[in-house]
Amino acid sequence: VAQVPIAEGLFTWPSDDPRLIGSACEACDLVVFPAQRFCPGCSGDSVTERLLEPRGSLYTWTTQSFPPVAPPYVGDTGKDTFEPYGIGWVQLSDTMMIEARLTESDPDKLEFGMPVELVLIPLTVDDEGNEVLSFAFQPTN
Amino acid sequence: MYDVAIIGVGLHPFGRFPGKSAVEMGADAIRLALGDAGADWRDMQFAFGGSYEVDNPDSVVTYLGPTGIPFTNVYNGCATAASSLDMAAKMISLGANDIGLAVGMDKHPARAFSADSVEYALPAWYGETGHFLTTKYFGMKVNRYMHDYGISEQTLARVGAKNFRNGSLNPNAFRRQPLSEEEILESRVLNYPLRQYMFCAPDEGAAAVVLCRADQAHRYTSSPVYLRATAVRTRQLGAFEVHGTWASLPVVDGPTVQASQAAFEIAGLGPDEVDVIQLQDTEAGAEVIHMAETGFCADGEQEQLIAEGQTEIGGRLPINTDGGLMANGEPVGASGLRQIHELTRQLRGQAGERQVPGEPKVGFAQLYGAPGTSGVTIVST
Repeated sequence: VAQVPIAEGLFTWPSDDPRLIGSACEACDLVVFPAQRFCPGCSGDSVTERLLEPRGSLYTWTTQSFPPVAPPYVGDTGKDTFEPYGIGWVQLSDTMMIEARLTESDPDKLEFGMPVELVLIPLTVDDEGNEVLSFAFQPTN
Repeated sequence: MYDVAIIGVGLHPFGRFPGKSAVEMGADAIRLALGDAGADWRDMQFAFGGSYEVDNPDSVVTYLGPTGIPFTNVYNGCATAASSLDMAAKMISLGANDIGLAVGMDKHPARAFSADSVEYALPAWYGETGHFLTTKYFGMKVNRYMHDYGISEQTLARVGAKNFRNGSLNPNAFRRQPLSEEEILESRVLNYPLRQYMFCAPDEGAAAVVLCRADQAHRYTSSPVYLRATAVRTRQLGAFEVHGTWASLPVVDGPTVQASQAAFEIAGLGPDEVDVIQLQDTEAGAEVIHMAETGFCADGEQEQLIAEGQTEIGGRLPINTDGGLMANGEPVGASGLRQIHELTRQLRGQAGERQVPGEPKVGFAQLYGAPGTSGVTIVST
């Protein structure tokens, strides 16, 4: 099955070691995700692409126990088949954190500050039969 | 600068009203507020109308009479009503007009809010991958807050039980059935640690407030309530807000902190001088966090204050005396004017079974919502 990313420019793909793509300001060093054309730190426009750290720690988390409204959600929302997922904020450096789905959704297995790492997860299958990939973080073993 | 008085408040009940439009509810709320003020629609020199679902709240003039006044439609997320009131107050305080009104009206479908993430300056994938949900933000924020400051699930249940109990005393509330702490803690988890009966729901309703120059208030009422401060603030870089793909560190205070500090400074009052409080309880944890963000206690003190009953109607810090959003639901355009309606009734001693004892003299109201906007209002006798 062919695999395609949910969005171009979100993570490096194809890749054996995918990384999320952010942008960094040449003037004030602010790193943001995803990449954008202007810097919200200094309001300047000298930004360049920056690959983010694939590992971080869990700042906070919750569970999504009911299906999101679809659309926009493209994952399974079936009454009997929807699988709750974890979602949290992952600190990737001293200066920034990002919001990400978690591969773990059991509150007993999630801890503040726990180390997590980037993985790609299949979210749905598109009209052409391709597996659509998004990003998530999983606890590091 | 002129001082501003609230001379009339009106509220269409909050809930679900099949067959009745939001604009009709708005007209009812305005008529009630005008009746309360002893003023006529044709006395109004301007109006602001807030709504999320209604494109043109000013169409209410179809029912009231099109008089040609400047009528400005407002939408500013969950802070819509505070923004309407803020602008209405400035029309008077800056001397443009002597008398006018703010109205809010909404009629939401019975489900969680949904929108296009691109319209929030967020990528399409944010919605497609299951990130674009307000409820999960509240789960993440309160989970960390409880961890940092020792707030228990029991405290969240106490807040919920208190708000539903207050709602049961309010004939205009959506949910008038008291719920016990046990029932709340047994309801299903929606976004850990938040459970079904800890959340408010989008619903329907309308509210209106008539304002005039304070030195003219005696023409209408012997018991004016003075609008001492209005302040609206939005998120700053580093704030941890409802929708976002990333945040800079360290985390800084959210807009409720800035709006509250600004409002207290404008009013020349401090949190210890406030007698009755309405806070944005999108869910029970938000009320707990907002107690500290508004300055009524330090982070972590909520656990003991709530266990002691200090946020009950008879407590030292009566919060959400009409049941708040949890019991009233949230018609976004009207929600903040419901708070002002309740504060006005409380300060006039007209709150019936919900009356805060001891003749409250100062009231405080706070709104907060996506994508990181807060509005605070302070009123006094």
